[in-house]
Amino acid sequence: MSSSKAEPAGGHGHGHALPWYQAHHFDSMEVQNHAVRLGMWLFLGTEVLLFAGLFLGYTVYRWLYHQSFHEASRLLSLPLGTINTIILITSSFTVALGYHAIKVGKQKACVGYLAFTIACAGAFLVIKFFEYKHKFEVGELPGRFFTAYHDFSPLGAKGANLYYAIYFLATGLHAFHVIVGASILAWLMVRVHKGKYGPHHYVPVELGALYWHLVDLVWIFLFPLLYLI
Amino acid sequence: MAQSNDVSADGAKYPAVHYMNADAGIKSWFLTLDHKRIALMYLVLTTLAFIVGGLFAMALRIEHLTPDRTIMGANTYNRMFTLHGVVMIFLFMIPAVPGVFGNFLLPLMLGAKDVAFPRLNLLSVYVYAAGAALALYGMASGGADAGWTFYVPYSLSTPAALAPVLFGIFILGFSSILTGLNFIVTVHTLRAPGMTWMKMPLFVWAIYATSIIQVLATPVIGLTAVLVGIERIFGFGFFDPSRGGDPVMFQHMFWFYSHPAVYIMVLPTMGVISELVTGTARKNMFGYKAIALSSLGIAFVGFFAWGHHMFVSGQSALDAGSFAFISMLVGVFTAIKVFNWVGTMYRGSIAIRTPLIYICGFLFFIVFGGMTGIALATVSLDIHWHDTYFVVAHFHFIMVGAVIMGWLGAIHFWFPKMFGRMYHEGWGMVSAAFIVLGFNATFIPQFLLGNAGQPRRYYMYDERYWALNVASTAGSTLLAFGVLMILIYLGYALKNGAIAGDNPWDLAGLEWKTTSPPPKENFETPPTAEEDPYTYQKKGETVEHVVI
Repeated sequence: MSSSKAEPAGGHGHGHALPWYQAHHFDSMEVQNHAVRLGMWLFLGTEVLLFAGLFLGYTVYRWLYHQSFHEASRLLSLPLGTINTIILITSSFTVALGYHAIKVGKQKACVGYLAFTIACAGAFLVIKFFEYKHKFEVGELPGRFFTAYHDFSPLGAKGANLYYAIYFLATGLHAFHVIVGASILAWLMVRVHKGKYGPHHYVPVELGALYWHLVDLVWIFLFPLLYLI
Repeated sequence: MAQSNDVSADGAKYPAVHYMNADAGIKSWFLTLDHKRIALMYLVLTTLAFIVGGLFAMALRIEHLTPDRTIMGANTYNRMFTLHGVVMIFLFMIPAVPGVFGNFLLPLMLGAKDVAFPRLNLLSVYVYAAGAALALYGMASGGADAGWTFYVPYSLSTPAALAPVLFGIFILGFSSILTGLNFIVTVHTLRAPGMTWMKMPLFVWAIYATSIIQVLATPVIGLTAVLVGIERIFGFGFFDPSRGGDPVMFQHMFWFYSHPAVYIMVLPTMGVISELVTGTARKNMFGYKAIALSSLGIAFVGFFAWGHHMFVSGQSALDAGSFAFISMLVGVFTAIKVFNWVGTMYRGSIAIRTPLIYICGFLFFIVFGGMTGIALATVSLDIHWHDTYFVVAHFHFIMVGAVIMGWLGAIHFWFPKMFGRMYHEGWGMVSAAFIVLGFNATFIPQFLLGNAGQPRRYYMYDERYWALNVASTAGSTLLAFGVLMILIYLGYALKNGAIAGDNPWDLAGLEWKTTSPPPKENFETPPTAEEDPYTYQKKGETVEHVVI
C-alpha cells in the first residue's frame, strides 16, 4: 500500500537511508508490515460486509420463496459450477505457493505460480461466461427480464425471478472481484519478474494472495448456496 | 505567507517554515501526502457543503413561513429537503470532524509523522470530491425527491433522477471506508514510544471507535444504494413488491448503516468535547477510562439499535421491544460521558472562552436530544411521534447540534495550532452565543410542533401550526447569522490574527508540543509520551497544585 513511496527518507533521526520500500513515517519494516497487513485485513472485512447484504437477501427470499429457490437452483449447471469451484480452490493453493516461493527467494517459481493463478482466474471467467450465456438464451434472468416460467411448477415460478436477481448480483459482483484480484496478481507478477520483491520484502505478494483467498472464499459460500441446496 | 513580524508582544513565535509553506505551488497542494494539508482540503470542502446544505435549510424554513406556498412549489420543496438531507449527512456531518480534525490531529496527538497510508488518505479526498460531484450533478439534473432515506417503493417509481445520487453515495462511502481504515491502522501502529492505549487522548479513542463503525457499516449502505440504483435502471425486483421483492428489507439494510452512521457523526464530536472540557478546565480528565471505553460501547451497541426506525414497519412486538431496550443502552453510555465531562469541569480553573460556550451548548443538546431519544425509543410513544417534527427536532438536537458544537468548538480550539494565529475572542463568544440560542430557537418550536401533530416532509401545514413555524424560521436566521460571523472573523484571523505561539492554552497534549503551525514532519524531534495527555495535577492533590 504505502510500501513504494517515492519520496526519499527525509525524516529526522535517521542516520542511514531507508530501503526504497520503507515509508519514512514508519520506524521499522516490522511496523510497516504490521500496518499494511492490518489494513488489508480490515479491507477484507469491508468486502465481506459488502457481500453480506446479498447473503441477507438470499436468506430472506429463500425463506419467502422456498419452492422457487429449490427449483431454480436445479436449473444451474452443477458440473460447470463444480469445475469452477475446483479451479478456484486450485488457484488459491497456487497463489499460496507463490507467496511461499517469494518468501524463500525463488522469484522464477513465484512468477510461474502467479501466472498459473491468473490463468485459473481466466478459465473461471470463461466458464462463467458460458453459464451466463445459457441463462440469457433461456430467459432465466432477474426481475422483469425473467421469461422462463415454463421451466417451473406453478408454485415455483413465483419468486424465481428473485433467485436469478440474487444469482446474477452475487456472481456478477464476485466475477468483478475475480477480475480485480487477477489484475492485482498480474501487477504483482510483473513486479516480481522485475526483481522488486524477495525474502526481505515480500509483503505485497502476501497481501495480493490474501485478497485472492477472499475471492475464493466468497465463491466457497456462493457455490453451495446457489448450486447445491 | 510572509510575515512582517513573526514574534508577538508576549514573545510567541510564528515559525518561518511550516507545513503550509514548506512546499510551494498548486501541485504541492493537490498532490500532497501531508495529513495536515489534506485536513485543510477537507476543511474547505466540508465548509462548502455546510454552507450549501445550510442555504437549502434556510429556503425550507422560508417556505414554511406561511402554511401554503411561500416561495417554491411542492416538487421543489421535496427536492429541497432531499438535497438538504443528503448534503448535510453525506457531504458534511459524516466527513467533517474525522476528515478535518481526525486528519489534522490524529498523527499530532499520537506523536507520528503522518497517518499510516498517506496516499490512501489523499485518495479519500478525491473520492469524496468525486462522490460529491456525482451526487450534486444528480441533484442539479433531475433533483432527487425521495428524502435522504430513499425508501422503496417510492424511490423506485419516482421520475426524478435518483441513480446518480445513489451512486454518488456509494462512492462517498468508499471515501469514508478508506479514512476509517487508515485511522484504525494509524492508531494501532504509529503511537509514540510510551503511549499505551490508556494514555491516548480521548479524541483519538473517539476517532478510533468511529472508524470501526465506518469500516463495518459503510459497505452495507454502499451495496444498498447500488441495489436501488440497479433496481431503477434494470428492474431486478430486489426491493420491488410488484416483483416479489421485500421493501422492508430495504429499510433493514438502510438502517443497519444509517443508524450507526449517527454515531459516525456524533462520536468524533464527543471526542472533541472531551479535549475541550479538559483543556478549558485545565484539569485531569475525570473518568478517563470510562469515557474512552464508552466510545467503544456506543459503537458496539449502535450496531444493534437500527430497528427503532422501523417500529411502524410491521415489526413483531419482541423485535420492537428488543430494539427499544438496546437503543436505551446508548443513552447509558452517553450519560457516562456527560457525567464525566461535568465531573471534569467541577472545581476546574475554567477559562471563559469560546470553546466553553460550545461545551455548554453541546451538553445541553446532547442531554435534551438524548432524553427525547430515550422517549422515542419507547415503542408506544414513537408511534405517536413517528414521522412528525418531534423526530426532526430530536435528531437535529442530538446529531446536528452535536456536530455543529463539536465542529465549531474544534475549529476555535485548534485554530491557533492549525494556522498559528488567534481568532478574536469577543467575536468568537458572541457568534457562539448566537449559534446556541439560534439552534434552540429553531428546534424547540419543532419539538412542540411535532408533539402537536405536524408531520415532517409535508409541503403545507394546518393554520394552527403557523406561529411556531414562524418562531422556528426566526431562530434559524439567528443560527445563520452566527455562522456568517464566524466565516468573517476566522477568515480575517487567518492573516491578521495575533500570533498564537506553540501552546496558547497551556495544554499537555502532544499536539501542543510542536510549533504552531507545525512543520511538515510534525515534530522537530520525534516525541515520547511518558505522561498521560491530561496531566494538570499530580494524583491525589487538589486543583491548586497545578503541574504545568
